[in-house]
Amino acid sequence: MKTKKIKAISANTMAIIVSLIMFIPIYLVVINSLKDQVQASSMGVDLPTALHWGNFLTVIEKGKLGQAFLNSMIYSTFATIIAITLSAMAAFVLSRNRTRANRYIYYLIVMGIALPMNFVTLTKVMQLTHLINTQIGIIILYAATQIPLSVFIIYAFVETIPRELDEAAIIDGCGPFRLFFSIILPLLKPALVTTAILSFLWIWSEFLLPLYYLNKSTYWPMTLAIYNFLDNTSLIGVWFRQIFC
Amino acid sequence: MKKNKLRMKNTIYPSYFVFGALVLYLLFLLVPGVMGFYYSFTDWSSYSTDVHFVGAENFYRIFFDSSRHYTVYIKNTVIFTVVTIILKTVIALLLALLLTSGIKRFANLHRAIIFLPAVLPLLVVGLVFKSILHPSTGILNLFLRTVGLDFLAQRWLVDVDWALFSVIGVDTWKGVGYLMVILIAGLQAIPNDYYEAARIDGANALQALWHITLPLLMPAIMVVTVLNLLYGLKVFDIVWVLTNGGPGYATETVYTAVFKDFSKGYYGIATALSTMLFVIMVSFGYFVIWLMHKEGTDF
Repeated sequence: MKTKKIKAISANTMAIIVSLIMFIPIYLVVINSLKDQVQASSMGVDLPTALHWGNFLTVIEKGKLGQAFLNSMIYSTFATIIAITLSAMAAFVLSRNRTRANRYIYYLIVMGIALPMNFVTLTKVMQLTHLINTQIGIIILYAATQIPLSVFIIYAFVETIPRELDEAAIIDGCGPFRLFFSIILPLLKPALVTTAILSFLWIWSEFLLPLYYLNKSTYWPMTLAIYNFLDNTSLIGVWFRQIFC
Repeated sequence: MKKNKLRMKNTIYPSYFVFGALVLYLLFLLVPGVMGFYYSFTDWSSYSTDVHFVGAENFYRIFFDSSRHYTVYIKNTVIFTVVTIILKTVIALLLALLLTSGIKRFANLHRAIIFLPAVLPLLVVGLVFKSILHPSTGILNLFLRTVGLDFLAQRWLVDVDWALFSVIGVDTWKGVGYLMVILIAGLQAIPNDYYEAARIDGANALQALWHITLPLLMPAIMVVTVLNLLYGLKVFDIVWVLTNGGPGYATETVYTAVFKDFSKGYYGIATALSTMLFVIMVSFGYFVIWLMHKEGTDF
């Protein structure tokens, strides 16, 4: 009985220690964002002497974060919508009509989960398609990156929707578009929501693609704007200045 | 009759539904990868408009020209990948076990807190840890000095010997929660009956862990390992934000090297590096497809 109690106490202590290790850095961000410059310079655990909400205003103003926030929102939203729609259409047909060719296409697309992007040659493609340094370009590019995983998740989910529904709809006179958009798509909602959240979060926190393909600072998403605001002396800062000043 | 059915299938499930996704995927992911095979054998750069075929010179430079340190970058990437896989999987497994069977009180709260770093953008994580790991004013070293462990206080991100491991540590801090959640899901899928049967047969906790939990958790552990592998070989953000590849070349990885070469205009050698990674990852990708079809798992 006693050993059991000791075990429980040590297990709980361990869990608390781990949780603290995970939580303290996050606590530090929040607490230090409200301190004045002098107090925040050491990033200490102490509570702020006065709450400086003005810090946020300064950053938003100086870092042009309003524009950046809007950009991030536009990129994440539209890329997610494009990726999910195209992936759902493809996954539906690939899953329902399993010809040999379709199976190969499915494997080819799903392999993309593992593929690294070749950023250098992608520049060439972006130039050829005139999408480099444009907002539409980055949206399409982000959409493309999300297709493999989305197709994979939705494909598995399509199997759970009974085929009889398709047949009934066709007999009632639906064309393929009507069948897909008014019957299948609503039923796919759980899978679509999952993939949409994954895509949105991924695109929101990504900053390698804009680093390569967007060099106008008004096009930058949040990540890049913050990075550049805080680190103007780094290589990338130097690089951008060389090109644009 | 059969032909008729086939035609019917093609009208209900038209193949042009696949075109949108396929075209985007091919144009922006696969074609650049394949183009890389050609350009990695050329002297493509931003300094001249002509592209010449130079044979395997780029690869020679990567592997044998010691003045260029590319082998160091590859070594760093491999160390990063292997160590983070081991660290993250082991810690995530221990935490998952602790939070499913070790403790009862606040288990969900602990889960939520441990998962929290996974949703933070890497950029934020990097910036915070940059100040936490600061040699003189960072809170980690201050803490170590106050509790009398001065010898443990290192110059984390600026010491050549420590920088890579500091980056690995930060990455583990961020990634472990996500893996823990996957493993907890795997643990909860194991029926309790097995443990009861084992207890009746006289197995102790350790034997139950070794003979029941681990074998049945293998699919989840595999998924976690593959995810880590794909992430580790492509690592860029965390290194970029924390150390920018420095000090010296101590934390430079393949992807940061590609970006630096790209921004300096050495497209040929950057392509060669990317293409190497492409070949390695396609082999892994093949393995991933095989694995997913075998297990039918999702993540």
